[in-house]
Amino acid sequence: MIELLTIFVLAVFVGFEVVSKVSTILHTPLMSGANAIHGVILVGAILITGHADDALTLVLGLLAVFLATVNVVGGFVVTDRMLEMFKGHKR
Amino acid sequence: MTWVQLAYLAAALCFILALKGLSTPKYARVGNLVGAAGMALAVVTAFATAGDHHVLIAVAVVVGVVVGVPAARQVKMTAIPQMVALFNGVGGAAAALVALAEFLENTGAGVLFVVATALTVLIGSVSFSGSLVTFLKLQEIMTTRPVLLPSGQWIGIGVAAVSAVLLVATPATGSAALLVLLAVAGLALGVLFVLPVGGADVPIAISLLNAFTGLAVAASGYVLENTLLIVAGTLVGASGTILTRLMAQAMGRPLTNILFGAFKAVPPAAASGEQRTVRSGTVEDVAILLGYAHSVLVVPGYGLAVAQAQHAARELAQLLESRGISVDYGIHPVAGRMPGHMNVLLAEADVPYENLKELDDVNPGIGSVDVVLVVGANDVVNPGARDEPASPIYGMPIFDVDRAKAVVFMKRSMRPGFAGVDNSLLYHPKTTLLFGDAKDSLTKLLAAVKQL
Repeated sequence: MIELLTIFVLAVFVGFEVVSKVSTILHTPLMSGANAIHGVILVGAILITGHADDALTLVLGLLAVFLATVNVVGGFVVTDRMLEMFKGHKR
Repeated sequence: MTWVQLAYLAAALCFILALKGLSTPKYARVGNLVGAAGMALAVVTAFATAGDHHVLIAVAVVVGVVVGVPAARQVKMTAIPQMVALFNGVGGAAAALVALAEFLENTGAGVLFVVATALTVLIGSVSFSGSLVTFLKLQEIMTTRPVLLPSGQWIGIGVAAVSAVLLVATPATGSAALLVLLAVAGLALGVLFVLPVGGADVPIAISLLNAFTGLAVAASGYVLENTLLIVAGTLVGASGTILTRLMAQAMGRPLTNILFGAFKAVPPAAASGEQRTVRSGTVEDVAILLGYAHSVLVVPGYGLAVAQAQHAARELAQLLESRGISVDYGIHPVAGRMPGHMNVLLAEADVPYENLKELDDVNPGIGSVDVVLVVGANDVVNPGARDEPASPIYGMPIFDVDRAKAVVFMKRSMRPGFAGVDNSLLYHPKTTLLFGDAKDSLTKLLAAVKQL
């Protein structure tokens, strides 16, 4: 348990550090990108479904897999579309 | 298995690099792709180590891709904020479901495990229902004004108290029924949390709910004893919190004011009773005003985006520039519906970066600007935000366009802006109103300036 807590505390500081300075232009893509990353719950959803023994947990797990997939692919695609707009304007 | 842990470590590094990249314009797109690669690695690893039901899992993933990708590809750039809200909501729901399923599967687990489970279910539910309400607000399916239930804050405090009790009672009893009740309380809490947030402030709420989902995912990492979920969820939770604060700063208002301000709002002074006069002009009037100016500032807002008038605005600006007029765009940090939203929309229309000016670049010299062309913006030029402490948007930094030599307001109607606040600038003697669809008016202006 203490290892997990250590990881948690360190990750908090990394998270704070990484985005401490970001221009307003990138606020929306950054939010959207972070949104895609928490779609990592898909990993949890797959693992739990893989170990499901009864119908109820299987259904709950599969629903979670579906929703998390939407979160992941939608999040990354939308972020990419936004950032694509910025592309051609660098001289 | 070591290789599994190594794969998860690599994925976690990818996520950190992704967030880092997304914070700098140069590496933003690469950063996002690195994040996607990390995600692909993590998902493949999980799939390879999942015990059973591989076919069903693959089917669920494929269905998710079939639903998610077209939705993300086809959504209009103007509707991005509500799309992000929706994706955030389903992520929160997925976290809550994972915790619930694990709880049903793994009966008789330790107290700490159930505490983490209860937290995941609660935060995930709040994030899900809260995101749905923000979606409804941004899509304008429901009113964008703050919704205040009678004694709403007491209902909110009551539901929060019930949630807190359930949060303690669930691990104490290990009861699945209480966990389900907790989920219901969380759903109610999410709705109550977002309802009083006014339209213009909804993006801040989305950002905060985004951080919440991150925390729910981190908590689910404890439940499943999965380090990747802990790291990635915590990263999003922490960076989302900072981002929320940065956004609130860009609006010049403390976060508590944005989230709970509606409860303290004083009804505005009864100035609305009197009939104030406005001056509306013709396209030709405005064309002459613009064509013989030395400097023009365009302040675009969401209305410009809705009318798809970015290209027409850029053409007009180019025509004016060819007449030797200097044209800049004043981009408010929250122009559009989200911080940075307008920059994306104008970039889409090939407006050069260098012409996009922020508040601090524009305001000091605004007195020497001949004409300010306000296209589909309203709240970001409302002097009430500067002068009237009773105004709901008081304190938000604005373009001081009332100090420029002349203002042209392009509007569809006299309807107030997204925040639902009346704008005294409309009645200002310097102001000329040009009614009509932004794209239509800009195209006519373009033709009229060519005639000069």
